[in-house]
Amino acid sequence: MSLVSEVQDLRAPAGSHAEPSLATPGDYFALLKPRVMSLVVFTAFVGLVVAPGHIHPVIGFTAILCIAIGAGAAGALNMWYDADIDAVMARTVKRPIPAGRVQPGEALAFGILLAVLSVVTLGLLVNHLAAALLAFTIFFYAVIYTMWLKRWTSQNIVIGGAAGAFPPIIGWVAKTGSLDLEPILLFLIIFFWTPPHFWALALSRAQEYARAGVPMLPVTAGEAATRRQILFYTVLLAPLGLTPWLFGSAGLAYGLTAIAGGVMMLWLAFRVWYPGAGKTSLAAGKRLFGYSIVYLFVLFAALLAEHGARAMFG
Amino acid sequence: MTENRPDPGIVLTPEQKRRRRARSIAIALALGALVILFYVVTLVKGPGVLNRPM
Repeated sequence: MSLVSEVQDLRAPAGSHAEPSLATPGDYFALLKPRVMSLVVFTAFVGLVVAPGHIHPVIGFTAILCIAIGAGAAGALNMWYDADIDAVMARTVKRPIPAGRVQPGEALAFGILLAVLSVVTLGLLVNHLAAALLAFTIFFYAVIYTMWLKRWTSQNIVIGGAAGAFPPIIGWVAKTGSLDLEPILLFLIIFFWTPPHFWALALSRAQEYARAGVPMLPVTAGEAATRRQILFYTVLLAPLGLTPWLFGSAGLAYGLTAIAGGVMMLWLAFRVWYPGAGKTSLAAGKRLFGYSIVYLFVLFAALLAEHGARAMFG
Repeated sequence: MTENRPDPGIVLTPEQKRRRRARSIAIALALGALVILFYVVTLVKGPGVLNRPM
């Protein structure tokens, strides 16, 4: 059952007569969640580049473009469904739907159109398996996570994190046409990165989530349990970050980067769990949130740099 | 005596017209880009354009 019961349903038409739209192309672009999209594009690009074999640059570009648009479509569908939550949270209240610049129906149509377009184009121009994976990712994020898990369980972002972890697999499959262990390792890294990343932010926004009726872990289990869970998932994440090196798909430079980055993640997660006498875990949570983005970016950038160096120097 | 004028319907303000024009241009550009993309990929794939491995 949804916990959001008293919040106005912004998905429903406001009245019998729709006003002419005041949306600009920029508002539609904002529906795509461009910041999330940039991380999706980057991880998918790394998956595509480090995969074995050859892909024509135009086909590679098409694959990344389709993955980006598919991710944007999922973001638009998320904004359509979550408009009621967005309207009561300071971080999201200025999004196009709660701000009244885009009508809910416009966002829904935009999201469905882009989802279909991105999957069909990827299937026609790249390969069917990549298209099927992209379709599943959009479905997982828009339906499984947004419509079901997010309002139902405190494990929402743990399971829902799978949607954000798929792009490197799709990038890999776009090039090779098949699945392998290496992209699955990249999937697992992002999957286990997601809980500490989101909960570190959620620690400082627990009241907002509670007001919106979203059962994020700090709301349902409290701050202490969230801090423990952040440390638990980071303890799993740090060694997982080493696996591309341990399984031989990445070299020493990546391994050293993963060790240094993982140790730093562990230290910051430890400081969230035990901030020290007289200090709050909120500041430590914000530090961990900021660093976690850097950590993931650096891991994937190291993979990319190593692959580039190998291609150039053998 | 009142004249029976036809209902003018929804009359757009200048701002609404400006934004509709901006949206129309964006749609046109996106469609143009899609056509170019399909054209270029067709050239790249050549005779194998219908060969799509799973």
